[in-house]
Amino acid sequence: MIELNLLLIFIIIAAIVAIEVKDLLSAVVAVGVSGFGLCITFLTLKAPDLAITQLVVEILCLIILIRATIRLDLPFSTSGRWFVNTFITLVFVAVFFYCGYKALNSLPQFGNPIMKVSQFYLTEGTLEKIHATNLVSAINLNFRAYDALGEATALFAAAIGVMALMRRKGKKTPGEKESDG
Amino acid sequence: MDNNAGMSLIVKTVTRILVGFILLYGIYIVLHGHISPGGGFAGGFIIALTYILFMLAFGKEEILKRVPQSRIPLLESIGALMFLTIAVLGFFGGYFFANWLPKGISFKLFSAGTIPISNIALAMLEVSLGLFGIFLVLVLLKFTPSKNGGKEN
Amino acid sequence: MLTYLLCLVLFCVGLYAILRKRNIIKIIIGVVICEYAVNLFLIVFGYRANGRSPIYSQDQKIIDMVDPLPQACAMTSIVMGLAITALLVAIAIRIYEKYSTFDITKIRKLKG
Repeated sequence: MIELNLLLIFIIIAAIVAIEVKDLLSAVVAVGVSGFGLCITFLTLKAPDLAITQLVVEILCLIILIRATIRLDLPFSTSGRWFVNTFITLVFVAVFFYCGYKALNSLPQFGNPIMKVSQFYLTEGTLEKIHATNLVSAINLNFRAYDALGEATALFAAAIGVMALMRRKGKKTPGEKESDG
Repeated sequence: MDNNAGMSLIVKTVTRILVGFILLYGIYIVLHGHISPGGGFAGGFIIALTYILFMLAFGKEEILKRVPQSRIPLLESIGALMFLTIAVLGFFGGYFFANWLPKGISFKLFSAGTIPISNIALAMLEVSLGLFGIFLVLVLLKFTPSKNGGKEN
Repeated sequence: MLTYLLCLVLFCVGLYAILRKRNIIKIIIGVVICEYAVNLFLIVFGYRANGRSPIYSQDQKIIDMVDPLPQACAMTSIVMGLAITALLVAIAIRIYEKYSTFDITKIRKLKG
């Protein structure tokens, strides 16, 4: 799987560019590069559903981020304790990386998943009893439908939060929206 | 309408032809979610992206005229209630979220019981979320430059 | 093993952006990168060598499927990521309207 590792290195380089470049619009575009690389990686890892979803979500996310930053591009200065801040952050990230590296040793080898739970779905007869062809859809909406219900609840909460943030201004000046729009 | 809003005439004409096909493709992905890759998650966002294409080509006023902002929470509520109704109706089959509808034949469109209906309900949620993103961009950012322009520069 | 390590490196890049950067948009970008790393790790964890995608096909018996369960979980997580990003951008825009800056240290200074 050499192409998989190359794609991951490409994503990491795009992410580093995204967080280190000065211009905000360039940073958002670099995040888009990283996301589309992730989409190709999903396709390599045999997950076509996820590739489609990631592609579409990435486009929507990119449009929101670009419209948020395109007018408000401000140069920001790094003043004060630059060295101390960077040093403390790097130490924390290094400790985190070390602990994560130790934890990775107990995982199964790459390419040999355990599939203790999925074996139930495979042998249950998704094709014979439920007659669903797409296993991901069947797991999401039939076997583990509580996941989808919780996800719908969380989406509802997020949308209501966005609506509350949007409406505060509109209520204060109700006539302004029609005249401006 | 105002000809200066949005992009040039070529983009507008091509968009007018293509929007219907993209919408149809999104509906196809939603309805075939249990047979082929895709499903309610991806298809709903494709449907929402047609509105974004429309917005980018024709400008803000046109889409605010066609999709009133008050109708989006209604769509989202219908989607959530539909999903919950499917879950509660599972008591006909014995338990919460039971797949009690007739299953049909594999590899056919009308099969797999409640899964296609759940896909449609989820797609409604996703469409409303995408439209919320659009109106976040439109309504929230509209006031910002005029208000802070004098203060900032 | 190297693949898992690269996912961890990607997560650390996002963590560095969240902790170190002062611009709110950069912090949102760090959150998005962390999401990418977690989704990627879930899918890599369920990959089977030379496997096939978890979709049945007509007149074929498929036995070497990749694990479909992490894919179903990651599908939910991707959609949640978009909702989180929209909410964060809305909050950032509100902060910009109130303080007319994206710099978090300036916001702290204004609060007194």
